[in-house]
Amino acid sequence: MIEFKNVTKTFTTKDGDLTAVSDVNLNIDDGEIYGIVGYSGAGKSTLTRMLNGLETPTSGEIDINGDKITALSGSELRKKRQKIGMIFQHFNLLWSRTVIQNIMFPLEVAGVSRKERQEKAQHLVDLVGLTGREHSYPSELSGGQKQRVGVARALANDPEILISDEATSALDPQTTDEVLDLLLQINKKMNLSIVLITHEMHAIRKICDHVAVMDDGRVVEQGTVFNVFRNPKQEITKRFVSEEVDPALTDTNSIVEDLIKSYPDGTIVQLVFHGDQAKLPIVSEMIHQFPKVQVSIIEGSIHQTQEGSIGSLYLQITGDKESLDGALNLLKKMRVETEVIHRD
Amino acid sequence: MTNGSYFAFKTVDWANMGGATWETVWMTVVSMIVVAILGVLLGLLLFETTASENVWVKLLNGVVSFLVNVFRSIPFIILIMLLLPITKNLVGTIIGPSAALPSLIVSAAPFYARMVELAFHEIDRGVIEAAEAMGASSWQIVYKVLLPESMPALVSGATVTTISLIGYTAMAGAIGAGGLGNLAYIDGFQANNNTIVLVATVIIVVIVFAFQFIGDFLVRRIDKRTL
Repeated sequence: MIEFKNVTKTFTTKDGDLTAVSDVNLNIDDGEIYGIVGYSGAGKSTLTRMLNGLETPTSGEIDINGDKITALSGSELRKKRQKIGMIFQHFNLLWSRTVIQNIMFPLEVAGVSRKERQEKAQHLVDLVGLTGREHSYPSELSGGQKQRVGVARALANDPEILISDEATSALDPQTTDEVLDLLLQINKKMNLSIVLITHEMHAIRKICDHVAVMDDGRVVEQGTVFNVFRNPKQEITKRFVSEEVDPALTDTNSIVEDLIKSYPDGTIVQLVFHGDQAKLPIVSEMIHQFPKVQVSIIEGSIHQTQEGSIGSLYLQITGDKESLDGALNLLKKMRVETEVIHRD
Repeated sequence: MTNGSYFAFKTVDWANMGGATWETVWMTVVSMIVVAILGVLLGLLLFETTASENVWVKLLNGVVSFLVNVFRSIPFIILIMLLLPITKNLVGTIIGPSAALPSLIVSAAPFYARMVELAFHEIDRGVIEAAEAMGASSWQIVYKVLLPESMPALVSGATVTTISLIGYTAMAGAIGAGGLGNLAYIDGFQANNNTIVLVATVIIVVIVFAFQFIGDFLVRRIDKRTL
């Protein structure tokens, strides 16, 4: 359990005071993946750097499993840091050490015996899928492999929480997904809480349970990923969500307009999925029951979140009035959100 | 006497030449060992105190930084004269290879300290921060991160310093410290025997090349940044 209580951080700069984090309250439960999303400069990195005492809050306090981080210093703080794993955007591996030596670094810091270090590091190498690369140097690895080393290193001292500071931001989309899958796998396997900072909604949607949206040092919105995606309240959240759910929203609108022009007879329907219904064969069920309707898919995107599928599908349905009404009724009965955009 | 000739090799006393070579190498190696230790310590001190906000630490940084700059600015030949009383106290004599050590060390250590400081600054800040985030103590950061991660720069800096030390030993030799510089000056220049000067020069060049080769070889071996 991680608790931020009225946490504020102000930096004193030449141009006056700069409030990076302003009165943040957050509760992060054990075993969940908590996303913190925001544009650069929103204060999310500062917020997480306070979790392991790399920054101290100007006011407020932070508890990790009952220990007040803000009250610790010196060797107590270093001891606690060993139990807080962290992975970084630029991996921050030591180039002078091999993969396995990098993973052994935190174990050396913690004073673990040589034999145990070796065994543990080898186990972690296997866990993150780098078997066979133990003795490679970071310069011989790809970005994704380097981040795997970063993850293994962060797990070396059996941390209570794992902080991911923009860990996928320097990676290509496919590698990003691989690293996110690895984090999810670790979260499930070890029931490890993960705090994931990112500016990519994709990463949030893919693996997070809860999300907090930060803007200008404040948490402007928080909740389950599912709810925030389905029903974003703040303007900035809507921007993040729209970037992700419907990257081609304007495309779709113009396609719909074209279709209305080209097929004035048709009925154009938008189906919005959020939850388990997306697993049901809704469209095929409709065609099955109303064989007289013609269906063409105009545009669609379905995404998987931790709680189910969300997304939207645009259909053009033509047919006689009776079948059409029946089909639309069926869609409503199947508890899929249906909006008739155009009907002649 | 073979006045003016560079190639009268019969006039060369090879035993003498060998002894002088050994003295030069000895002065260089011994002073470099001390310079390396002092330079790393001073460089570390400069590096660690640079960004501090504590007034006393800032003052310490200012004083050390100033002294380093002062000793780096004094021409070596003048530094020897300046340090003569101290050398006499420390070594008991102002003649011979041991007498050259204090001035060699005092002139090269600040030079190397600056290189060490620079090498530490070249290390990615994120890597140091990652070590902090893993709970490493300051001392662990020094010997597990700063030193290994800057090792190629430390070694190439040491190579450059060693080579300038060889130059200094020759200068020190000219005023009585022994070694090839001394030999070239007394037996060569003053005795008007250019062959001795030439042979001493060639040996010094060979020594410089040897140190450069060893340095480059070591840097290649330890640098794993690009493969």
